[in-house]
Amino acid sequence: MNKKNIFNQKNFIINNMIKKEINSLKKNGFDSRSILIESLKIIQKYYGWVSDSSIGFLSKILKLPVSEIESVATFYSQIFRSPVGRYVIKFCDSVVCYITGYKKIQRILEKRLCIKSGETTIDNNFTLLPICCLGACNKGPVIMINQKTYFYLNKSSILKILDSLK
Amino acid sequence: MRNTNLSEESHPLTWRFREDRKTIWIKEYIKKNGYSSLKKCLNEMTSKKVIEKVIKSNLKGRGGAGFPTGVKWNLMSQNKENINKYLICNADEMEPGTYKDRWIIENSPHQLIEGIIISAYALNISSGYIFLRGEYIFPEKILIKALNESYINNFLGKNILNSEFSFNLYLHTGAGRYICGEETALINSLEGKRANPRIKPPFPANIGLWGKPTCVNNVETLINIPIIVSNSTHWYKNLSRNEDSGTKLMGFSGLVKNPGVWELPFGITAREILENYAGGMKDNLKLQAWLPGGAGTSLLLEKHLDTEMGFSSIQKAGSRLGTGLSLAIDNQTNIITLLLNLEKFFSRESCGLCTPCRDGLPWIVKILKSMKNKKGCEGDIEILNNLCLQMSPGNTFCAHAPGAAAPLQSAMKYFIKDFENTITIKKDEIRIKFPGIQTNFKK
Repeated sequence: MNKKNIFNQKNFIINNMIKKEINSLKKNGFDSRSILIESLKIIQKYYGWVSDSSIGFLSKILKLPVSEIESVATFYSQIFRSPVGRYVIKFCDSVVCYITGYKKIQRILEKRLCIKSGETTIDNNFTLLPICCLGACNKGPVIMINQKTYFYLNKSSILKILDSLK
Repeated sequence: MRNTNLSEESHPLTWRFREDRKTIWIKEYIKKNGYSSLKKCLNEMTSKKVIEKVIKSNLKGRGGAGFPTGVKWNLMSQNKENINKYLICNADEMEPGTYKDRWIIENSPHQLIEGIIISAYALNISSGYIFLRGEYIFPEKILIKALNESYINNFLGKNILNSEFSFNLYLHTGAGRYICGEETALINSLEGKRANPRIKPPFPANIGLWGKPTCVNNVETLINIPIIVSNSTHWYKNLSRNEDSGTKLMGFSGLVKNPGVWELPFGITAREILENYAGGMKDNLKLQAWLPGGAGTSLLLEKHLDTEMGFSSIQKAGSRLGTGLSLAIDNQTNIITLLLNLEKFFSRESCGLCTPCRDGLPWIVKILKSMKNKKGCEGDIEILNNLCLQMSPGNTFCAHAPGAAAPLQSAMKYFIKDFENTITIKKDEIRIKFPGIQTNFKK
């Protein structure tokens, strides 16, 4: 399965890879209810976000009502119900990073990417989101891009990081 | 100023940690006397004896609430013997200013696993879960590898070390939301539901995960268990300088010279941590106030720096020890905008289940926003006071709203002038539109 082709697409193509991965979760004493969050994360891993049609697909294989899945999917902040960019930039906006200066970092990011917090760039490359404390308060300010966390940020280091992603 | 040579006698939690901050894997861990407490437990002690020792040690939960662990375990052991019970390790660390659990897992994951196994043995539990925060990618990788190592070496699985005790430990990662760190919300999240807190009683010790008795403990609490088991209670109690027993991970962050976390005995003063370990404030800055243990604790002033760090002594000063990792607020930070940041965080992370929290927090944010722009109205301070009162303990399902009210309430106590200075609009000037009423009634 080509991951790039299905990323951020509205059409949800049912594929056996996802089915297999979700079915393998059912071990470890978990029932179909308790693997819900994990399955949503798997769908998001392949598609970038959780679309309406993928919720319908989940409701069939987990045998749960669509409304239940929707209620869980909209509750958790790291499950996206709308398309996001290839890189999701999460900046820590909690109190310690506030003191060490996250506002400056946010301004640089917004200026450079020409978006506001919560938006996605037109070329679908970057999404900017706030996140609560990333647990690295002695190394602030901190941002997280997809799976990687960056510490001790200043203007030049952010621009360097953004350039390396493009 | 970190001691490079930590001894097992004075730093029982962190003496194994490497100076180059690399993770300690199983070979090195066993070499450094690891898993010896587990062996001692399985060979010499019955589960009742372990619980007794934990009760005697007076260990208090390190997650923030400070509830005695022994009491919690005692409640668990009163259940019938033959039913399924669960043990959950709460590693959903999201409190702003707290990074101790991450530090422990990244340095020595096996210490945590050993603590969990011994706890499970004491409570006679056959399966447990580690609830790790979803954003902790690196600790997740470490824990997966460490769990694998433990399974291979027969520290986990069936008949651990040829005894009759079997225990399986699974890793679960969350999907965000601060409220998941609350005990009952965490259980709901693990069941695959929205993470709303449950009403107590019944306590999780009676009805918890999937309706079965469940014990939820913090990471730092669990790594204390092997130490308590393998050493004498007298020695453990004498580690601290006050009535609380043992050591605690404490630290300072913010604009200090050397922010970090250290293992320190209870009873050390905050000034000692700030000046001797964190190196004092950065040049040209002065301490204005400090939060003793994360965002959900009351503010304290410089005059409180000589307070001993301990559960009861910090409470006497008017705050809570919380997670023990303090935040220094310098004199160039505006208290109102700082509070706005804090309350915005709490308002965003409220789960929306009970009214005082769901409706009160956005209201507080709205008032603080107008105060930040120097457009506060007469009566705003009274509204804030009233809201804090409505969000006090007992009026809400969980401790989220009281935690949010704590910094605001204390700031209004110590910095009331800053609040009063922002009030520029008088009551007579406020014109309110009442739909359907003639204009001359407006005012």
